[in-house]
Amino acid sequence: MKKLLTLVLTVVMAVGCCFGLASCGKGDPVVALICLHGEESSYDKNFIDAFEAACEAKGLSEDQYDIITGIPEEGDDCYNKAVQFASSGYKAVFADSFGHEANMIKAAKEFPEVHFCHATGTKSSLSLDNDATNDTPANFHNAFASIYEGRYLAGVAAGLKLVELYGDDITDDEAKIGYVGAHPYAEVISGYTSFFLGVKSIVPNVTMEVKYTYSWYDELKEKASALALINNGAKLVSGHADSMGVPAACKEKNVPNVFYNGTTTEDTFVIASKINWQPYFEMMIDGALGKGTIVKDYCGNLSTGSVQITALGKAAAEGTQAKLDDVKAKLISGEIKVFNTANFTVRNAKADTSAFSKAGAITMDADGHLTAYLADVIDVGDYVGETNVIANGVFEESKHRSAPYFDIVIDGITIGADVE
Amino acid sequence: MVNTKNIVREPLFHVSKRDELSFGKKTIVYVASVFCALLIGAIICSIASPKGNPVMFFVSLFEGVFASSRSIWEMLRDMALLLSVSMALLPAFKMRFWNLGGNGQILMGGLAANVCLITLGGVIGDFWVVLLSVIASMVVGAIWAVIPAIFKALFNANESLFTLMMNYIAQCCVTLFIAIVVKGGSSVLTDDQLPQGGRLPIVGNQFLLTIIVGALIFGFMFIYTKYTKGGYELAVVGDSQNTAKYVGIKVKSVIIRTLAISGAICGIVGLLVTSGNYANAAIGVGSAKNMGFTAIMTTWLGNCNPIMILVSCALVSFINKGMPQVRMAFKLKGESFSNLVVGIIYFFIIACSFIIQYKITFSKKKKEAK
Repeated sequence: MKKLLTLVLTVVMAVGCCFGLASCGKGDPVVALICLHGEESSYDKNFIDAFEAACEAKGLSEDQYDIITGIPEEGDDCYNKAVQFASSGYKAVFADSFGHEANMIKAAKEFPEVHFCHATGTKSSLSLDNDATNDTPANFHNAFASIYEGRYLAGVAAGLKLVELYGDDITDDEAKIGYVGAHPYAEVISGYTSFFLGVKSIVPNVTMEVKYTYSWYDELKEKASALALINNGAKLVSGHADSMGVPAACKEKNVPNVFYNGTTTEDTFVIASKINWQPYFEMMIDGALGKGTIVKDYCGNLSTGSVQITALGKAAAEGTQAKLDDVKAKLISGEIKVFNTANFTVRNAKADTSAFSKAGAITMDADGHLTAYLADVIDVGDYVGETNVIANGVFEESKHRSAPYFDIVIDGITIGADVE
Repeated sequence: MVNTKNIVREPLFHVSKRDELSFGKKTIVYVASVFCALLIGAIICSIASPKGNPVMFFVSLFEGVFASSRSIWEMLRDMALLLSVSMALLPAFKMRFWNLGGNGQILMGGLAANVCLITLGGVIGDFWVVLLSVIASMVVGAIWAVIPAIFKALFNANESLFTLMMNYIAQCCVTLFIAIVVKGGSSVLTDDQLPQGGRLPIVGNQFLLTIIVGALIFGFMFIYTKYTKGGYELAVVGDSQNTAKYVGIKVKSVIIRTLAISGAICGIVGLLVTSGNYANAAIGVGSAKNMGFTAIMTTWLGNCNPIMILVSCALVSFINKGMPQVRMAFKLKGESFSNLVVGIIYFFIIACSFIIQYKITFSKKKKEAK
């Protein structure tokens, strides 16, 4: 019986191998996507959906693109996959996680005719500086988006919600909001600061407490942090991490919620901002097909459609849409600058004496407004700021490099203790 | 009312120990169960995916491994690493010491190597950095295994829980190290933050060194467990500590010595997955790739026999290497489904070792005369 089974299965295998040989001649491969996790993660799903939409929009057949999921940041899996794609004829390979960057640069050096693109990375800004020792190859590209504009808009919607709940004469206690962040670095800090400034444009006396989870995906901790913020008096909670923990906590306590990278159907959902990668992927496909060039260090924005806000949720205040349309137009025209230094002060950051203090990089005037700030734009691993990013009274986020570098905790924002 | 007194209830089947099967029969059972598992995996994938058929499952599984010489090298490298970890666990398991701390020992070994690299790389000669990295990773890996061994030897503390706990402490050590080194707060240490000098040399290609080291570890452990006094002693301790005591074996020192060897080998694996990594020498909490746990299965499946462990490591590495290709071919964008299939395959292999050791006898139904 077992022998028979073995025989049958051997035949199946043999036939399979024949089919395998027969199916070798598929359409010329064009682009490949390497993801840290699968579509279980809202972060990776955002890339996967955009990638498929872009491939479809550019008329690629299913044989011409591939998506591989579950490639960790540790070790050389990302490099090996990138090389495998490059050597089997793909013209462009995209990796979606910060830790993939070194792997992609290594592969880019070995396959100069293939494009290697990477989200959230920082190394391409090096070549802008013509620093020969740290130059990344020309076929390596970084990409991000000025998501701070989206978060600012989401903040405006949040501010309108607070006004709807508590009226124009909102007290300091009522003007408290909360934010759950993943890690204490520029991508997150830039995000919550722009959100906070959006709220502040509507509610001038707003204050915000931030709690870090130190993980990009930890549903329990995100939820627990959000609940702790609500217990501390937060009247609205937003966040920047990849699980549904914060919306769940807001639903439980019936507190309005501003989300990121997705929508929820809850009654507490106000709005969300997201990065739409489709415009970038379309440019990448064009570049791969030789129909265009891929920008070395690309930063999408509101006008390219890379930064989006979702449709309003059930909890959004009356008249929000009209206000958002107005603010959005002003952001695009440049009339409103998110990081206008007149709109915030940095006294606490200047007085900070902790190990991670940015005080040395900050120059401020008597009122506490930034007049100069040395950001660590050129990332050579020294964590020493070298580029003054303040010009004409504006902190020029994402101008010197696509990945964010606003990493000051401004006045009005406090960092709360971690939740265990 | 039914009179239940006279009805003798017999179980539907009973399980009894089987006589040793012949090698040929064993092989047939193993091969058949692996194919059954793959076939079920193929069917599940075909149902789950909008496109694809069972045949494509097999094709892409093989394609994932044999598509290019590069992917074959990759598989051999992964297999060498997994085999090394299995070899590290082997003496401990033979001694009935359940070392579940492979992950932690690998991480600590890798951490030691990274610390050497980051502090000494470029400061002293490359050769000395490599030498110190090798020594440091072995010593730290050994220490991580010896701590629970000492507690087991002196206080009879439960080694499974202890070694398991040490894994989490190791993870925290790595997180702490990264937090100290990476001041930007991204919690990711990247390769370019480490010096180039002082890494393990590239022998032939980026994979060969690891494969050679894996082969050496395999050879060493094969000889150690089969032909040396130390290997004999640990087997005796595993069978009966009292017997060992009466024949004059120092049980405590055997336990500690064996775990020191076990941990040192895991430490070398840690060194290989960091400093020996061509594209990315940086450590992260996931650097051990869960090999410490996977190796428990391969060692157990191999019945603590080095040759059989080699076979089971080959099989597991093959499946791990082929599955991403299956995911891609079937356009499965989530990881959970392929993990499910891998789980089913493992389950079948484990079940077949049960069939080899035990037989199931179904009770014959007796027809009662009325």
